[in-house]
Amino acid sequence: MTDAILEAIGLTKCFGAVTASDGLNLAVKRGVIHALIGPNGAGKSTAVAQLSGEMAPDAGRIRFEGRDVTDWPTHRRARAGLQRSYQITSVFPAFTALDNVALAIQAQRPHSFRFWTDARLDDSLRAPARAVLERVGLGERAAVKVTDLAHGEQRQLEIAMVLATGPTMLLLDEPMAGMGQAESRRMMEILKPLKGEVSILLIEHDMDVVFALADVVTVLVKGRAVATGAPDDIRADVAVRRAYLGDY
Amino acid sequence: MVTGGRKRIINMAGLALLLVLPLLAEAADSPFFVSVATRVLIYALAALSLDLILGYGGMVSFGHAAFVGLGAYVVAILAHHQTDGSFIPFLPGAWNGSTQALIQWPLAMVVGGLFALVIGALSLRTSGVYFIMITLAFAQMLYHFMVSLPTYGGQDGLSLWPRSELPLVDLNDDVSFYYVALVLLLLALVAVRRLIASPFGMVLRGAKQNEARLVSLGVPATRYKLTAFVIAGAIAGLAGALLANHTEFVGPGMMHWTRSGEILIMVILGGVGTLYGAIVGAATLLLLEEGLAGLTEHWMIFLGPFLVFVVLFARRGIYGWLAGREAGDD
Repeated sequence: MTDAILEAIGLTKCFGAVTASDGLNLAVKRGVIHALIGPNGAGKSTAVAQLSGEMAPDAGRIRFEGRDVTDWPTHRRARAGLQRSYQITSVFPAFTALDNVALAIQAQRPHSFRFWTDARLDDSLRAPARAVLERVGLGERAAVKVTDLAHGEQRQLEIAMVLATGPTMLLLDEPMAGMGQAESRRMMEILKPLKGEVSILLIEHDMDVVFALADVVTVLVKGRAVATGAPDDIRADVAVRRAYLGDY
Repeated sequence: MVTGGRKRIINMAGLALLLVLPLLAEAADSPFFVSVATRVLIYALAALSLDLILGYGGMVSFGHAAFVGLGAYVVAILAHHQTDGSFIPFLPGAWNGSTQALIQWPLAMVVGGLFALVIGALSLRTSGVYFIMITLAFAQMLYHFMVSLPTYGGQDGLSLWPRSELPLVDLNDDVSFYYVALVLLLLALVAVRRLIASPFGMVLRGAKQNEARLVSLGVPATRYKLTAFVIAGAIAGLAGALLANHTEFVGPGMMHWTRSGEILIMVILGGVGTLYGAIVGAATLLLLEEGLAGLTEHWMIFLGPFLVFVVLFARRGIYGWLAGREAGDD
């Protein structure tokens, strides 16, 4: 397990009578795209929220880059390189696309207690922000306010923000949610080159996407990892087919 | 970009009006109006500090008058001990206060900021309606504390005599005092404008728009919100120091929750998240009060519908209606 960048060990989280994570064990290897699939209510988003620190597990430990981060607050994990995106797009709606990415870069600075300089004239924030927007194909849209961006563009922007922080690991909660075919394909093209450079835990419903992108797939059912393996093995796994994929 | 020009014209016209106002009042043979206008400037300063945290930090503080009152009490208490010759209790050493503005006013800001630090640190553990309630509760606690403190007048308050002393400027002269208040308001306006455009300001505005996103990017948002809260408390403390000099009296009524409500109304009337709106809102509310209170003691009856009208039809308040699309920023 030494090559795992992120490990969940016996992660447990209950909401009243519902057990969203039931002793979940998960190990994401460095540099791979690891897909987390499972039926609705399997506890995928709850798992991500615990890994990112936004939700405290009832029991279990989380290790990131060899360190126990279970008790770290979200912002500290983010600074250590563990970044996330949300199922429902989460950006700064009143800012422009460029402002959003520049703020993400600023978030990695030791602090932002600088009161007098104009942040929008700070080239050390704006130039790298522009570069990241170019990289995700939003270069032309830099000056557009978020509320005037299309849904797909907003999702691309969120990925751009996360990438701008220079992460070592991404938790992507359904990055293609609500996207059309063309937008979906563009998002795939953004994610694919990240392989090797950044480790990714990807929650995704679209099986074509999962099998096209993922190196490893874990199937989550009722808060437990019931199977983990290469995409082809998972596809072949009868138990998985019954639990989730249906008989096709 | 034409609308940007409109905002500039409105601001320049407003600045020109404020600069020549004492001359106009003199020409119209109503010197009393200078005093009214000074009151507007002082409340504008308090409203400006509230707009910083409300309009740009999303913090609806319903206890802002507490910081104004604290600043006012600092000035009155320091002057009280100076004229009395007595020492200030609970302080190390023996200090019998001061009447110097250069000592009183910075101290008013420090005390306003310190109380904001304590109140903010506790209040920012909550958000939304709980934040509103807890700031209100703290302000009411301070109000009742001053009511029950006989040393400094309790319910009856303290008279301030003499007014603070500034080198070269006689604050007893109403016109001089007006210009001192104007200079301080303009300095605060410039400083807060720079602040909201700074890296700190971007973080603060990010926290208002989407705090969860800011935190998951790696920013401990609460620290930045608390810092803004402290800055606002200090500016409100300065407004209090000026207010004590203006009314030459300090009482617990200054900290009452209805006063906090008035400052909140000024910000909303003028335009949340515009800064300049704080001046427009303070002027509107105080002049309405001045004009209507002479006609009927139930002048609030007119204010209510007016406030509803502004909130429903002008997103950025009166200033937003005047200055157009470029009036404010989030």
